[in-house]
Amino acid sequence: MNDMTPEREDRVANLKGMGCARKRVEDARFTQGKGNYIDDLKLPGMLHGDFVRSPYAHARVLSIDTEAALALPGVIAVLTAKDLEPLNLHWMPTLAGDKQMVLADGKVLFQGQEVAFVVATDRYVAADAVELVEVEYEDLPVIVDPFESLKSDIVLREDLAGQTSGAHGPRKHHNHIFTWEVGDKDTTEAVIDDAEVVAEESMYYHRTHPCPLEPCGAVASMDKVNGKLTIHGTFQAPHVVRTVASLLSGIEEHNIRVISPDIGGGFGNKVGVYPGYVCSIVASIVTGKPVKWIEDRMENLMSTAFARDYWMKGRISATKDGKITGLHCHVTADHGAFDACADPTKFPAGFMNICTGSYDIPTAYLAVDGVYTNKAPGGVSYRCSFRVTEAVYFIERMIEVLAIELNMDAAELRRINFIRKDQFPYQSALGWEYDSGDYHTAWDKALKAVDYEGLRREQADRVAAFRRGETRTLMGIGLSFFTEIVGAGPVKNCDILGMGMFDSCEVRIHPTGSAIARLGTISQGQGHATTFAQILATEIGIPADSITIEEGDTDTAPYGLGTYGSRSTPVAGAATAMAGRKIRAKAQMIAAYLLEVHDDDVEFDVDRFVVKGAPERFKTMADIAYAAYNQAIPGVEPGLEAVSYYDPPNMTYPFGAYVCIMDIDVDTGVTDIRRFYALDDCGTRINPMVIEGQIHGGLTEALAVVLGQEIAYDDMGNVKTGTLMDFFLPTAWEVPTYETDHTVTPSPHHPIGAKGVGESPHVGGVPCFSNAVHDAFRPFGLRHSNMPHDHWRIWKTANGLGLHG
Amino acid sequence: MGKQIVKLTVNGEEHELLAEPRELLIHVLREKLNITGPHVGCETSHCGACTVDMNGRSVKSCTVFAAQADGAEITTVEGLGTPDNLHVLQEMFKEHHGLQCGFCTPGMITRAHRLLQENPNPTEEEVRFGMAGNICRCTGYQNIVKSILAAAAELNAAREAAQ
Repeated sequence: MNDMTPEREDRVANLKGMGCARKRVEDARFTQGKGNYIDDLKLPGMLHGDFVRSPYAHARVLSIDTEAALALPGVIAVLTAKDLEPLNLHWMPTLAGDKQMVLADGKVLFQGQEVAFVVATDRYVAADAVELVEVEYEDLPVIVDPFESLKSDIVLREDLAGQTSGAHGPRKHHNHIFTWEVGDKDTTEAVIDDAEVVAEESMYYHRTHPCPLEPCGAVASMDKVNGKLTIHGTFQAPHVVRTVASLLSGIEEHNIRVISPDIGGGFGNKVGVYPGYVCSIVASIVTGKPVKWIEDRMENLMSTAFARDYWMKGRISATKDGKITGLHCHVTADHGAFDACADPTKFPAGFMNICTGSYDIPTAYLAVDGVYTNKAPGGVSYRCSFRVTEAVYFIERMIEVLAIELNMDAAELRRINFIRKDQFPYQSALGWEYDSGDYHTAWDKALKAVDYEGLRREQADRVAAFRRGETRTLMGIGLSFFTEIVGAGPVKNCDILGMGMFDSCEVRIHPTGSAIARLGTISQGQGHATTFAQILATEIGIPADSITIEEGDTDTAPYGLGTYGSRSTPVAGAATAMAGRKIRAKAQMIAAYLLEVHDDDVEFDVDRFVVKGAPERFKTMADIAYAAYNQAIPGVEPGLEAVSYYDPPNMTYPFGAYVCIMDIDVDTGVTDIRRFYALDDCGTRINPMVIEGQIHGGLTEALAVVLGQEIAYDDMGNVKTGTLMDFFLPTAWEVPTYETDHTVTPSPHHPIGAKGVGESPHVGGVPCFSNAVHDAFRPFGLRHSNMPHDHWRIWKTANGLGLHG
Repeated sequence: MGKQIVKLTVNGEEHELLAEPRELLIHVLREKLNITGPHVGCETSHCGACTVDMNGRSVKSCTVFAAQADGAEITTVEGLGTPDNLHVLQEMFKEHHGLQCGFCTPGMITRAHRLLQENPNPTEEEVRFGMAGNICRCTGYQNIVKSILAAAAELNAAREAAQ
């Protein structure tokens, strides 16, 4: 058998299966400028759509005069709500059980709202025509503050007047959307009221935006001869778009084909259904020609998919030696003009109830109040699973504040409250079952890697030097330990517009031993074509290089709920493994027949089935594939294909431990990230290279959000950060080099033990960077300051603490 | 609006076309010449997805009029290598996972190509500074910087070997 060992290793290496840092198959086309993004698509006779948008945040639309625009050569049509009304498409349902105007119907509710849709032969002509549409507005009082909104007499949503309940229960006020409560309120309040130590804090997680480099867009093409509608677009969930398009348009679903081409980043921005998609579809139906709509960056930042905007108020209680006894959280959630949050239907605040974090907190209560304001709708999960970033930021800030209250080291406070390894599966006070974890091991490994005690000594020396006037730079040690909840989700409690959140994979093995697999997900840079082939390679013994992965075409791919919330690996990855196992089960029967033994007498070995105890007698998967098509096998259908629709029994719970070491110039507020250490545990690791890439990217998006990125409004509802001049996207110059590390705690319920990783670094990174800023000023009495921690705000913090002499 | 004749040499190929005075170079490249490597990400010169090489300098083609480029030599990512003979930068971006969604990549590689001619042996800091006009939302830049440094090393080794 010793002779066999190297040969077997070679066979394993040849597969490029799970665990291998396989180079990406996508990169050949992207590095040569041969990607196929939505704006690259050109169809014969294609027209271009562009929006007239409201300059006001709240106004009545008195009239829309399209005459001058229509007179411009090259202008084909100008659509307004009046044109959409006969089709019942002037409003559309949102993912959150509300409805949203497609085009302004009587009034506008946020700056940048879509008022009219111009269709022209050329994008320049369309832009000219937008300027020629005359809209008469009567401006109305603007509300940009959710607390003020709940007190105001002004009715923002006149269409809901008199409705005292919405999709998520009773409404307390005409600008109130819902109250969502989880946990035991009375017990939690009693525990906190009687506790030895209580820490309270209010924090605002500011409004921001996913801002993928490619904005949103679509090309709708109605073929009136065949009655087929094809919609290409930047869709993170193409199959759901098909269903929604069918329900809205009345076109039978088999006559609609949705195609997501290459997508230039999503981060949650491309989950929703936007007026641009609907208008291009209608325009194509009206004109009988393909219609392209591509938003520009300002439209992207102003109108599609904001994230966060949570005002969070927390109370956390503990014994005097630091054991946490209770957690109370109230959120006032600013949802803007329409409740278009992209969450599973039964979770109006997403998975905010993961806010007990990584800690064994026996009693907890969460209440979220959703509120309308004159801001853009959205509320997407920007690089996180449904509001998990908000939840983790909340608990990781509360832990720091509690540590101050207890006069205790924040690392130690975390350690004594972590859920222990032997407590998994762990039932949280707010209703989740954490699948697996080993938090203490990860934490100890992280603290040791950065020499935490040494850092604290250095920091103490720095503070002493600062007090002596020898330095003007402070040092912050940012800590965070996060638990994510991803992989939505079990169909029993997770759906989008009624569609259960399963996912799917269909595998076809070709006669010559290569394969194609199609999935219900869609990559936006995650590298699915590379990594899903690796899962299959290991499962079915065909080299990853011989497996094509296809996604995004609803005519060919099996139905799935798409890619967001780190759900591709936990759900579609599981479906891939399960489809592979079905292939393998059939291959086993074929192999046994070919080897003239009983089915149970052969076993799978890397890339072949061997007769047990006689490894020299085998059939490779290539042999088996050929036989499946080339000969009649008694009792076995020809061909070698399988499909799996996977409904996960539970979410997965990736976790990690991050440490950021930051120097802060007290006189300028300038921050310098000296070191960042990220330990991630995403269960089984499919491709370490891809995982590390995801972590670098997620941390950088966290850095952006913490250090300056925001969608800011003035009192009139004007967007102050509508271009990349004002909206902070870090460049290579602002970003540090990250150190990555890992532990591996497989998910017990996932077929390959993988948990998902794409969003962990963002979820864990935000509190880590923020805690570093806070930690630097802790010796001088800072408890909390709101993000973003840009230079000006940090300077103000230092000034407020009296550090400028 | 009166159109004017614009002559461009793009990736070694000469073109003569009619363009409106206001027409942007990126639109001429993408829509008239079907060169879709350069992308539009922001239209304000910030993101660099539209970066092309014009007369030996990196420019953001979303804020250059086609008329301004009359007579120019332009290189886009499509002009750097061929499928059978990729440019070292293209190879290194693949090798070091210097891209994810790929939308910024043509601009990144085109800018890096010029950077390595401006400074054939850059430090990491010089790469970060020299690439600061190109935004990537996916990678956090770490592997982009690694790819460019690796390409510089390869190109320098090849130059030394040739001497």
